[in-house]
Amino acid sequence: MRGVIRGRAWRFGDGITTDHIIPGRYYHLRDDIRALARHAMEDADPDFARSARPGDLIVAGKNFGQGSSREYAPLVLLERGIGAVVAESFARIFFRNAINVGLPLVICDTEGIEAGDELEIDLEWGKARNLTRGFERDFNPLPPWLRAVLGEGGVVPYILKHGGLGFVRPTRGHEKGG
Amino acid sequence: MAGQTLAEKILSLRLGRTVEAGDLVVVPVDLVLAHEGTAPLAVERFRALGKREPSVPVLLFFDHAAPAPRRELADVQRALRAFAARYRVHLHEVGTGICHQVMAERWAAPGQVIVGADSHTCTAGALGAFAIGMGSTDVAVTMALGENWFRVPETIRIDIRGGGKDSDGLPPGVTPKDVVMRLIGLLGDDGATYKALEFGGPAVEAMDMDGRMTLCNMAVEAGAKTGLCASDGMTWSFLTEMGREAVFFPLAPDSDAEYERRLEVDVSDLPPQVAFPPSVDRIRSVEEAEGIRVDQVLIGTCTNGRLFDLRLAARILAGRKVHPGVRLLVAPASREVYLRAAREGLLEIFVRAGGAVLPPGCGPCVGVHLGVLGEGERCLSTQNRNFPGRMGNPEAEIYLASPATAAASAVTGEITDPREFLRGKGEGCEE
Ligand code: SF4
Repeated sequence: MRGVIRGRAWRFGDGITTDHIIPGRYYHLRDDIRALARHAMEDADPDFARSARPGDLIVAGKNFGQGSSREYAPLVLLERGIGAVVAESFARIFFRNAINVGLPLVICDTEGIEAGDELEIDLEWGKARNLTRGFERDFNPLPPWLRAVLGEGGVVPYILKHGGLGFVRPTRGHEKGG
Repeated sequence: MAGQTLAEKILSLRLGRTVEAGDLVVVPVDLVLAHEGTAPLAVERFRALGKREPSVPVLLFFDHAAPAPRRELADVQRALRAFAARYRVHLHEVGTGICHQVMAERWAAPGQVIVGADSHTCTAGALGAFAIGMGSTDVAVTMALGENWFRVPETIRIDIRGGGKDSDGLPPGVTPKDVVMRLIGLLGDDGATYKALEFGGPAVEAMDMDGRMTLCNMAVEAGAKTGLCASDGMTWSFLTEMGREAVFFPLAPDSDAEYERRLEVDVSDLPPQVAFPPSVDRIRSVEEAEGIRVDQVLIGTCTNGRLFDLRLAARILAGRKVHPGVRLLVAPASREVYLRAAREGLLEIFVRAGGAVLPPGCGPCVGVHLGVLGEGERCLSTQNRNFPGRMGNPEAEIYLASPATAAASAVTGEITDPREFLRGKGEGCEE
């Protein structure tokens, strides 16, 4: 995972579901991720499906990725070369799926970011700069252990390299803070 | 030391040491579930992890697009059959039923940890299992390692009270589906993100497993990680009926458990509820929906395709006809439900009323086959999601309701309060 990414924003609102990200009616294309990815975000913004470019960023409101557990949702975004999804909050399963497949997520206040804005995001230090509008925002970066998974490109490459779930350091009972 | 919630208790039991909300844990998993929509990717990842034999029982289901409606999907099923034959995966063929229903009938048990590549895996929480929906890769990791990591969730405790002095049940015509939709309306579609919902109180204690499964099924619609019910006499009855009483053991949260929040809901005056498109938390009372015309009615799915639901719908449809402007589709949730419904004469009632009975499975819920909606059409469904495009067409609308409301609406052709129909017969609905 690169520390700083830069890209052009596609703007979405609250409650983008996995059905928006990749509709169930393309079920039969699941074996062909390239064909499937041509329909990414189609029901939220048909323009995205047509003209998103590698390196672009998705910017959204609350509860991005709610609904079905389909992992094809983060996968089609990866396939389209999306650099990161920046949203105010994420649905739980989507969050895990995205980390597992190596798609960076940023939990950040997205108000004031408009479609087409050029953003620069420091994933490690938690800074989002809107280069078009000239403002900067702090956010809580993902914890280092999840960034370690992203850094290997997802949980499968992580396990292949490190032999297990070493990134999780279980807290023991009530002895917290260690 | 504070007492434990159900989620904390199950994970502590499974790990052999005390854990509490907020802890990160790596937990051995008892069962994993996948279906033809999520299994291909899970199998691909499992292979990439270089393992041969899964380290945990794998339950594989053909339910989402089964029988296969097109050749691509037939080929997916063919490849999965080959994998299942080779690796002692428990394959549930076309016609067995929806994964979550069959999981509850044949596999899930109190105290288990279950991981499923489907968001409604939380349905098994009704039996006192810690059952979590995940993606294909998480399922592959669990298949390979026999364990996975979790953050022990904080719990929102929901106490449901209903009925009058003598009865702890729900008012006539009001069902567990109405209760859970009301809760989602209160919580919002992200109000429980990362949390567990623990259902209890007199109305839940009086509720059979069919109803409890409806509650837990929709926990994820409020963003929750899972839904849970205590394992008690009702759980025992259900397991006994399924010939599995040996796996029963009682499980309840401690009385001094620490909850993030408690919600008390009195449902004694609750009217039937309807979720308006395009999101599950746009909940209104049926009065506000009355008169909205519908083209299709679906009774079924992992939310409401059980015997309780079919009996209720049949009581309304018996001796009546489906409105000529409506297609009524009924999909029993499993072969077991189908057989029992047939034996009780319920299927005959649906067919005589003019409905179409579909094979056990997801039916048109996910929009791939058996009832895809046309442009501008409106469906009233007992399923759990009404997102645009969910039933195969983003230009169609989906309203969600209970099987009682669905059956009454199928008769009138518009969204209708079912209480009139049930009152006419002079009895309540909690049988
Ligand atoms: S019935 Fe619908 S919600 Fe339930 S598992 Fe099948 S597709 Fe998913």
